[in-house]
Amino acid sequence: MEAAAEIKDHYRSDFERLRDGLPGGRIPWMKRRREAALARFAAQGFPTVRDEAWKYTDTGVIARRTFTTASPPARAALARGDLAAFTIPGLDCHRLVFVDGRIAPELCDLDALPAGAAVGGLAAALEGDAAGVEKLLGRLADDDGNGFAALNTAFMTDGVCLRLADGVALERPVHVLHLSTADTDGTAVHPRNLVALGRGSRAVLIETYAGLREAAGLTNVQSEVLLGEGAELEHYKLQQESAKTFHIADTGVHVPAGARYRAHGIDAGGRLVRNGVRVRIDGAGAECELNGLYVLAGRQHVDNHTVIDHLKPDGVSREFFKGVLEGHARSVFSGKVIVHPDAQHTDARQTNHNLLLSENAEADTRPQLEIYADDVKCAHGATVGQLDPDALYYLQSRAIDEDAARSLLIYAFANDVIGRLSLEPVRSYLERTLTERLLHGRRVEDLI
Amino acid sequence: MLSIRNLQASVDGKPILKGLSLEIGKGEVHAIMGPNGSGKSTLAHILAGRDGYQVTGGEVIYRGKDLLDMPTEERAREGVFLAFQYPVEIPGVSNIYLLKAALNAVRKHRGEGELDAMDFLKLVKERMKLVEMDEQFLYRPVNEGFSGGEKKRNEILQMAVLQPSLGILDETDSGLDIDALRVVANGVNALRGPERSLMVVTHYQRLLDYIVPDHVHVLAGGRIVKSGDRSLALELERRGYGWIEDELRATGS
Amino acid sequence: MASGTQNLDELIGKEYEHGFVTELEADTVPPGLDEDVIRAISAKKGEPEFMLEWRLKAYRHWTTMREPAWAHVHYPPVDFQAISYYSAPKAKGEGPKSLDEVDPKLLETYNKLGIPLKEQEMLAGVAVDAVFDSVSVATTFKDKLGALGIIFCSFSEAVRNHPELVRKYLGSVVPYTDNFYASLNSAVFSDGSFVYVPKGVRCPMELSTYFRINAQNTGQFERTLIVADEGAYVSYLEGCTAPQRDENQLHAAVVELVALKDAQIKYSTVQNWYPGDEEGRGGIYNFVTKRGACRGENAKISWTQVETGSAITWKYPSVLLEGDNAVGEFYSVALTNNLQQADTGTKMIHIGRNTRSTIISKGISAGRGQNAYRGLVKVLKGAEDARNYTQCDSLLIGHRCGAHTFPYIEVKNPSAKVEHEATTSKISDDQLYYCMQRGISAEDAVSMIVNGFCKEVFKELPMEFAVEAQKLLGISLEGSVG
Repeated sequence: MEAAAEIKDHYRSDFERLRDGLPGGRIPWMKRRREAALARFAAQGFPTVRDEAWKYTDTGVIARRTFTTASPPARAALARGDLAAFTIPGLDCHRLVFVDGRIAPELCDLDALPAGAAVGGLAAALEGDAAGVEKLLGRLADDDGNGFAALNTAFMTDGVCLRLADGVALERPVHVLHLSTADTDGTAVHPRNLVALGRGSRAVLIETYAGLREAAGLTNVQSEVLLGEGAELEHYKLQQESAKTFHIADTGVHVPAGARYRAHGIDAGGRLVRNGVRVRIDGAGAECELNGLYVLAGRQHVDNHTVIDHLKPDGVSREFFKGVLEGHARSVFSGKVIVHPDAQHTDARQTNHNLLLSENAEADTRPQLEIYADDVKCAHGATVGQLDPDALYYLQSRAIDEDAARSLLIYAFANDVIGRLSLEPVRSYLERTLTERLLHGRRVEDLI
Repeated sequence: MLSIRNLQASVDGKPILKGLSLEIGKGEVHAIMGPNGSGKSTLAHILAGRDGYQVTGGEVIYRGKDLLDMPTEERAREGVFLAFQYPVEIPGVSNIYLLKAALNAVRKHRGEGELDAMDFLKLVKERMKLVEMDEQFLYRPVNEGFSGGEKKRNEILQMAVLQPSLGILDETDSGLDIDALRVVANGVNALRGPERSLMVVTHYQRLLDYIVPDHVHVLAGGRIVKSGDRSLALELERRGYGWIEDELRATGS
Repeated sequence: MASGTQNLDELIGKEYEHGFVTELEADTVPPGLDEDVIRAISAKKGEPEFMLEWRLKAYRHWTTMREPAWAHVHYPPVDFQAISYYSAPKAKGEGPKSLDEVDPKLLETYNKLGIPLKEQEMLAGVAVDAVFDSVSVATTFKDKLGALGIIFCSFSEAVRNHPELVRKYLGSVVPYTDNFYASLNSAVFSDGSFVYVPKGVRCPMELSTYFRINAQNTGQFERTLIVADEGAYVSYLEGCTAPQRDENQLHAAVVELVALKDAQIKYSTVQNWYPGDEEGRGGIYNFVTKRGACRGENAKISWTQVETGSAITWKYPSVLLEGDNAVGEFYSVALTNNLQQADTGTKMIHIGRNTRSTIISKGISAGRGQNAYRGLVKVLKGAEDARNYTQCDSLLIGHRCGAHTFPYIEVKNPSAKVEHEATTSKISDDQLYYCMQRGISAEDAVSMIVNGFCKEVFKELPMEFAVEAQKLLGISLEGSVG
């Protein structure tokens, strides 16, 4: 649907204001792409519930406001000490920090990168290696898919740019912090991430999205992940934004033969959150695993929207999403697996389980299979329900009070997802945050 | 009954049987033993008519007819029965339905009329006693949720109902505890007779304590390399398969 | 060398059995649709004013609507002005008073279809209403049912003889504004069946309607309304066939079920409309709205369908679970072969407390068929302790077909328990080999395995129908495997 005139005008004038300061402002192809994307946004507008893909997520709250893209801060907004709240204890990692959508070099730790590994900000990569970036950037973006992605391409400021040459194993994970400092409503950031792994290379990427203050801002992320044959990426996305923030993210992933993409999305924050993940299983034996956990309360709304295209034979995909909903929270899971005619021996499974814990919570789930090949193993399962009364009873009969028993069961339900993460420090970190949230500060060990 | 002459066969272009010859006379019980990967199961499936095997040479004559020329179901109707090592599960199809469809297909082929429901049930119940099977198994879906032992008993029940001329038992002892082995073997022994030949494919001689063979053959490297009577099986148990391979190397064959 | 699956390539296609045309003089309105056509249909049927008004309202609403495009089906646009909206076998004067007055050619048609209308030849315990093109031609066992106060007649007759019941319930489950095809049906429907089972009466026999499209270029728009009053029980069967024609024909029916307190309605369909030929020429577009309302406590509505025919099937027999403890069930087998497309499923709307629903869907895709399950399970805020269990299984036969599953689950009550499971599989070579090693032909083995796959649904069908359905499945599958 075409954007309303005042919306168009607003983003056009915001664009004019920033244009020359945006990364790649002097690179002709970047300028053309940004202009074209802005035109596409004007033509598309924001998606509405009439779009099947947005049926359960009304973005009217975003469309009705005008968000202004954050300007580069005049001076460093954060000191190193401010990071402590967002780092993961015990994690030995390279670190990149973006504040309000721009890199904060003084906060980054990028020592001892192996040869063949280029890790840094996208803006810097555009300055230093425009031709190299041109070949990669935009290949997997969803610019035609929805207005948010087009808006990101028009306004993208910075984000992680992680490139590995063939055969490079990046042993230490890369932790990327996307922090916003805005304390007034109406600020937008448009992070753009680009990951390109050469053949047989390996990396672990952890992204944290968080705000320092409560403000109704918009975080509009677009990520592109291009894997080479046999490459492996484990990709964590920890979304911990303020309870007022709108967080719209989309990730396009290309998985060729023998490559493996594992993603874990943990959503604890945000007012309205959308995680779009589009994966193309595009080579024999390619594998993809998407795990998700959302623990919501208040008026939070989280929509996980995944599309996995199996284009080639012998691909494997697994989706495992779980949610705990309290208050007026609402969750949406839409998972679509498309098995194309050539993709014989595809093995796909989708799972979505939801715990509804309050009168006013709502869970909508749509696990979908579209299958055009006959020799496949595809299944999905979805449930919406409550804690198992038998398990509750059992715990109570073992002298655990009801409140504690409930907390324990909820924790166990959620921990099922966390158990799938490979990095121990991230697991403990999340278990801790989860406990605080679910068990109201009590330690699990204290309960047993 | 069965005459296999110089049979050569391969799977995906890889030769498995390399000139196998074997004669099985009427009423005889032959045990085929051999190390893992020697081609025992391949032989069983080629006789039964499974897809995916390329016969590249030789012939198999069964009761005067070219067996390899017949489609799978025709071999079954002609009296070739394979008791599977891994019987497949067929959800929703009851055991009794499969039995009835199979028996009627076989009877029709023999020019006999279809059995009516009462006679059929009587026959099946009587044969079930052979393998000490409970009647409830008749109404469960084919092999679905059956234990290893139940599946094997079910195979022997089918053989008892279909009354084949040539029964091929493919590793029927695998996965059976000693009690189940005894039950299955008793069932098989009850089916021995002057008109029925059996080919018992097994890795261990344990089964042969219960089903005593007239002849024992060792299949190795795609050929029958040694034949003898029951004592050969006992020797194999004592000495393993290694000595045969050594012997083969020594004779240069 | 013997072969397992390649034998299946050779299975010969069996042609559609019911593809003959009955030569009859018909009273058909010219193609096209406007208010005059609707007035003409209403006048031909001698309807009271309220019916005409209702039709016109529906028509006016329809003109503001657009054909839905969300289903997983593809077809060229339907020219709604090229369809004739009314065709009836020409009656000699008044409608038939008894079977003796029915045109013998018609009786012969139904005999050919295996639906003898002569009561003495009938399967004991099944009363039949036969609908030929758009009108009901014969209803059997009327008197016997009448003695129990059960009304089983054509819709036209119900409008004439029981206008108060029609007025009360028509459109109460599927309003004339409901969807594009339902609105069209509301405007132009010509006949169908009507059933009313009074309080506390258990209908002693299966009621059955047999639909037949005969005339060319006609659409069939029948309307069925079944009301089970408090504590009543009825089991209703529906069968359908059509001649083999090269062009597509439209079938846009509406079925409304109303089950009051403690009442139970069981509705079974074996749909075998002409599916088109191997190249996808011809066949029925089956765009049908079926919905039941459990209006009182403990009411139960159960849909069972076996869909093997039609070029395109678009139907979602649904249940509104309004009363507390109401139960909704949907058991479905949908088979698509050649170029058939099916987008079918159900909607279970949980409104009352402690409501239960079960959905068992078995989709079989063969040839180049496309088969989609689309279902909505919705638990509204007030539906305390609602339960749903959904099992959707797809079986693929051949590598050019498609099987799709689109469940929608919306839960607004925390005490609800909703479970959805879906699997997709093919007939394995091992299963075929196993059966064939027992002497069973490939053809019989496939049919056996497919019937096994559908067993959970078939067991819900009345016995005669279950046998029929199994045979139909075998026939529809022939020539499909390769």
